[in-house]
Amino acid sequence: MFLSKLALQNTTKSVVRTQVRRAGDKAFHINTSYNNQTTHFDFTPENYKRVKALLQKYPDNYKQAAMIPLLDLAQRQYGGWLPLAAMNKVAQVCEVAPVRVYEVASFYTMFHRTPVGTYFLQVCGTTPCMICGSEEIMATIQDELGIKNGETTADGMFSLLEVECLGACANAPMLQMNDDYYECLTPQSVRDLLQACRDNKDISQQAIPMGKWGSLPMNGQVSCEGPLGKTSLDTIEPPKFDRSKFDAGDVDPASVKKHMSY
Amino acid sequence: MTIVRSALSRSAGRRLGARYMSADPKVLAGSGVFQGLTDQDRIFTNLYGEQDWRLKDALKRGDYDMTKEIMWMGPDWIVQEIKDSGLRGRGGAGFPSGLKWSFMPKETDGRPSFLVVNADESEPGTCKDREIMRKDPHKLVEGCLIAGFAMRARAAYIYIRGEYFNEAVVLDEAIHEAYSAGLIGKNACGSGYDFDIYLHRGAGAYICGEETALIESLEGKQGKPRLKPPFPAGVGVFGCPSTVTNVETIAVAPTILRRGASWFASFGNENNRGTKLFAISGHVKNPMVVEESMSIPLQELIEKHCKGMRNGWDSLQACIPGGSSVPVLNKALCDEALMEFDDLRAKGSGLGTAAVTMFDNTVDMVGAIRRLSHFYKHESCGQCTPCREGTGWLEDILIRMEKGDADKREIPMLEEISRQIEGHTICALGDAAAWPVQGLVRHFKKDIEDRIDDPEGFDFEAAFQKSWSGDPFANDAWVKEHGAGRTYAA
Repeated sequence: MFLSKLALQNTTKSVVRTQVRRAGDKAFHINTSYNNQTTHFDFTPENYKRVKALLQKYPDNYKQAAMIPLLDLAQRQYGGWLPLAAMNKVAQVCEVAPVRVYEVASFYTMFHRTPVGTYFLQVCGTTPCMICGSEEIMATIQDELGIKNGETTADGMFSLLEVECLGACANAPMLQMNDDYYECLTPQSVRDLLQACRDNKDISQQAIPMGKWGSLPMNGQVSCEGPLGKTSLDTIEPPKFDRSKFDAGDVDPASVKKHMSY
Repeated sequence: MTIVRSALSRSAGRRLGARYMSADPKVLAGSGVFQGLTDQDRIFTNLYGEQDWRLKDALKRGDYDMTKEIMWMGPDWIVQEIKDSGLRGRGGAGFPSGLKWSFMPKETDGRPSFLVVNADESEPGTCKDREIMRKDPHKLVEGCLIAGFAMRARAAYIYIRGEYFNEAVVLDEAIHEAYSAGLIGKNACGSGYDFDIYLHRGAGAYICGEETALIESLEGKQGKPRLKPPFPAGVGVFGCPSTVTNVETIAVAPTILRRGASWFASFGNENNRGTKLFAISGHVKNPMVVEESMSIPLQELIEKHCKGMRNGWDSLQACIPGGSSVPVLNKALCDEALMEFDDLRAKGSGLGTAAVTMFDNTVDMVGAIRRLSHFYKHESCGQCTPCREGTGWLEDILIRMEKGDADKREIPMLEEISRQIEGHTICALGDAAAWPVQGLVRHFKKDIEDRIDDPEGFDFEAAFQKSWSGDPFANDAWVKEHGAGRTYAA
């Protein structure tokens, strides 16, 4: 009774995807029409195969260890965010109390408990990127999209968030769009990137360019060799070493295995 | 000023011994000693991705060469060789690797042992492990097998940060290739030893780079560091003996064993041996990741590989030589600094992960450190009060100091808060949050005071940093050859 009343109340509110979400998001859950106790979530049959494969990585009595990969899988399946039902499902798979999942989902910044845009832009703002102009990049995106840090555009296309170091500092300034890194940005190349997203009607089509190594430095570089090019490794050859010193080897690895009862 | 600097340089030369001095004044100090690292002595030969990451090319680069024979030398020989090589952990703390590996139990009490590889690279400035994982993943896979065997471990878990999605895809595929080729798994490399490698993706928390937080996270909990003891070598992941090691430490191990401890120990100074990946970011002309000898002078590293500061060496204002967690160095110290654990510690900083961030004189250092304080406030796990509350206080004060809206008496207060955080927390994140602030107060106190005296006098507009990712791109021929036609052309 209580549940249905809540659900009713919420349907009267208009569902707008524009909402503030920050890394330090609220630690508690608020029912909405699209995320409440009656929302349904289950893994697809295909993803159940992945669930099984994930659980096999960890000891049988530590199913909880698979929680973070499972939450990630659920989030991917549900379009980039985690409804309450998905967290409950993961708790069921891991055989732990739901609160164990809630506390993990609210601790890590990659789990979103409110909807995010189709293109989730995370701009690195930590000092190495900041001194290379991340504030200018951030301002460019805000101007271009008309949203502030932590917001989603009204059409649900873009979300913007300033995040902490993403580990591509030699290619600063950079941003992460969904899973991919776009590096060595300038205001102009960021505008080009946003335009490419707008032109790309079907996200699965991969019309947006991606470099050879799973990231795209937008100044023409391949990866970490610098805009002026590499300064070492003109010749690449396998190391030369004295092979005869290994003739002395007399410890059978199988005996070590036996000794450790593996 | 010039006279003072050259006097400093002379005394440093005496202190460090004649081998740092070069006969030719045009040659930078240091280059006469190490002759620069030659390509033959570089470990990560695919750092710039000219070859494929797959097994076929990895074998061409010499990976999995005599792995079985190395394993037949036995765990004790491997650990001793790593000890002799002088390899120190590449993840920041610089703990001697051989010693760390030797802590693992040699007898079993029924529990298996695990190797845990820390690929949660999130120290601001650091982007070296990423290059290993996406371009040379088999070095890491082979390293896991050899290091794991040396620790008598049953399996390795590689904990990669969640944001490195494409890197995880490559690494996962590399592990799969190694399984298919019989290089890991049952009877790994035909040695008779069984060894599994599992890849685990994190979900975005800097604190999970701390070894016990990483273990907690691997077990599917919040990444909150554990109290030590018990140390991971006694009770680690899943309650079993574990060793947590950085990617680079593991990835260099097979090459060290093949080429010998004495080869690795021939680079760098006593106690700081070997080669190292340096990730250089900030206001240099050619920001990059490069492998160099340890103990290379900072200036030589920047001039040789990064083609210098964008407005010349004299425009240098400050440098963070080892990732955000080490104190900042001023220009005078940068002139003298050697990129090694001991020399940088003597200068009041540290080598950390060898992630060099260079700041030129256009940067507002107060603002730069304020942003770092924001980072630590955001990433504090919230477990220990001094860190949870203190990091917020540091940021609040620095926000006001950046605007000049503070009292000079707050400068010692800021220092005091940082001292109260340092050493009063379970893990080192508290220390890491405190040190940049202490570095700021130590070297840039005058900047803070000037700002407080005359907030209007500071040109905030001039200090606003415009986009800079190095000099204009000028590497067309190479990129055409090695970019697979997938680079971005505006």
